[in-house]
Amino acid sequence: MPANNVMNAPMSTKPSSAGRYNKSLYNKRRWTNKLGLGFAMSAMVFGLFWLSWILVTLFVEGFQGMVELPIFTADTPPPMSPGGLRNAIVGSVMLAFSGLFIGAPIGLMTGIYLSEFSKGSMLGKVTRFLNDILLSAPSIVIGLFIYALMVKGESFSGWAGALALALIVIPVVVRTTENMLNLVPNSLREAAYALGTPKWKMVTQVTVKAAKAGLTTGVLLAFARITGETAPLLFTALNNQYFSTDMGQPIANLPNTIYQFAMSPYDNWHTLAWAAALLITASVLVLNILARFIGNRGQVK
Amino acid sequence: MNDVASKVRTETTADRFNNATDSLLNRTMSKSSQSQQPNTAEFNKQSIHDIPKNMPKAKMEVRDLNFYYDDFQALKNINIDIAEKKVTAFIGPSGCGKSTLLRTFNRMYDLYPGMRAEGAINLDGKNILGKDVDVNLLRAQVGMVFQKPTPFPMSIYDNVAFGVKLYEKLSKSEVDERVEWALKKSALWPEVKDKLKASGLSLSGGQQQRLCIARSVATKPEVLLLDEPTSALDPISTGAIEDLIEDLKNDYTIAIVTHNMQQAARVSDYTVYMYLGDMIEMGETDQIFTKPTQTATEDYITGRYG
Repeated sequence: MPANNVMNAPMSTKPSSAGRYNKSLYNKRRWTNKLGLGFAMSAMVFGLFWLSWILVTLFVEGFQGMVELPIFTADTPPPMSPGGLRNAIVGSVMLAFSGLFIGAPIGLMTGIYLSEFSKGSMLGKVTRFLNDILLSAPSIVIGLFIYALMVKGESFSGWAGALALALIVIPVVVRTTENMLNLVPNSLREAAYALGTPKWKMVTQVTVKAAKAGLTTGVLLAFARITGETAPLLFTALNNQYFSTDMGQPIANLPNTIYQFAMSPYDNWHTLAWAAALLITASVLVLNILARFIGNRGQVK
Repeated sequence: MNDVASKVRTETTADRFNNATDSLLNRTMSKSSQSQQPNTAEFNKQSIHDIPKNMPKAKMEVRDLNFYYDDFQALKNINIDIAEKKVTAFIGPSGCGKSTLLRTFNRMYDLYPGMRAEGAINLDGKNILGKDVDVNLLRAQVGMVFQKPTPFPMSIYDNVAFGVKLYEKLSKSEVDERVEWALKKSALWPEVKDKLKASGLSLSGGQQQRLCIARSVATKPEVLLLDEPTSALDPISTGAIEDLIEDLKNDYTIAIVTHNMQQAARVSDYTVYMYLGDMIEMGETDQIFTKPTQTATEDYITGRYG
């Protein structure tokens, strides 16, 4: 075809591709690439070194306690006598789940409001701004706030601790929920509207479903965050030497047990503190892996 | 191909198109002046008197419609009749307002602040731009298919049944029947009949688009708006969709926006040519593609600009 000849003609008159390369430019770029890669690798090695040192120490020290002591069957002991962490584990689980069940629904609903309903409204802007402040608020401030609100003049209680944890969950969940829903393409909303779908049905059945993996990830990450929080529990749930499931009373929990035992001069308390630290780290790790797994599965679809 | 209304349905779309030898589309494109812009001052602005005479009963009447994105006027004084149970095609270069016009027919613009329409669009004599109109009911009545496939994150079956369940109280078997009917209409049934419970997102792009068409058809809207429905499809699926349009116009009124002029010539009974928010010409498709009254229309169809 004549059209083809026209296309090919100028190509054949030019020098071959190898001849057109500027050797020094190419080498310079190669070296820049190697240098950049080198910096990135050493930064990664530096970071991973400390992380693995922490993990290895934690595992070595914590594992000893896990093997030698009845961690899951006995309660926290008085100094210099054997014991476990049963009350602290049960308390921590109760606190974390209560905090999650109070905080996650509020956070999810606020996130849905911000993403789907607040479009440009003043209330939406103010909510988003306040949420950002809450997100970066030091956790000890949240603990103090709940102390002033619920504990001062009353007594330390599990509920106060759960509420403090909920206040940490809320901004994290709000932020991820809003971001994840904003990622849902608008064309999907339009398609739902084009069928005559009412807004509430569009939100619950289409957009939230489309962002389900992301929303779950957000909630799990918030959960992972509160399992290790110490400061908000310091003046709220306090701690308890004995086994108790009464949320109206001070309740034992792992972070405060670590705080108290690690500062003590007793060897068996030290061992227990290491074991508790290992437990918390392991559960945070599992939650993070789970969150990542669910997030990835959502993307593949 | 003299009288569009008397097209024989057994003829395939391809045959019919090949027979239209006198179409302007068969002229060689003039390459030299392709980028030349039309002289907008020369356009004869269309008014209500330019709507073709002896049209069948209008399902929708657009009267003096102006549309604004904030300060920008996207549609200027549009007057069009959409004939009942006919296919009306909207052609024109990108940004001419044809999609905007389509999106006023089901008030999709309502979703966005800053967009507003003035004038009237009468659907069966009732102005749908009025404040008292229930937009959800309107959209159930006026279905829409978009350019990009947008399957909901649920099973193929639920995708099609979604719209049906919104406004109709049907038994399980009736819904099953409707889903099968809609999937057959959109030529997707043979490919998905064994995996109705699979996610709609697991289908290929072309299949997803046909799923979206099935979803819109399933609710049996009176008017179906198609916004470049085949731009993401392969020729075979496109052919299936065009046959579907041919079939659907026995029961529905259809408005289609397309960049593919051959497609407009193949499927539509009436064609509207738009440019920069003005309606330049409206007429029977045969007339538009053989002897348009406006030179601008002829220039666009023969590829002199666009």
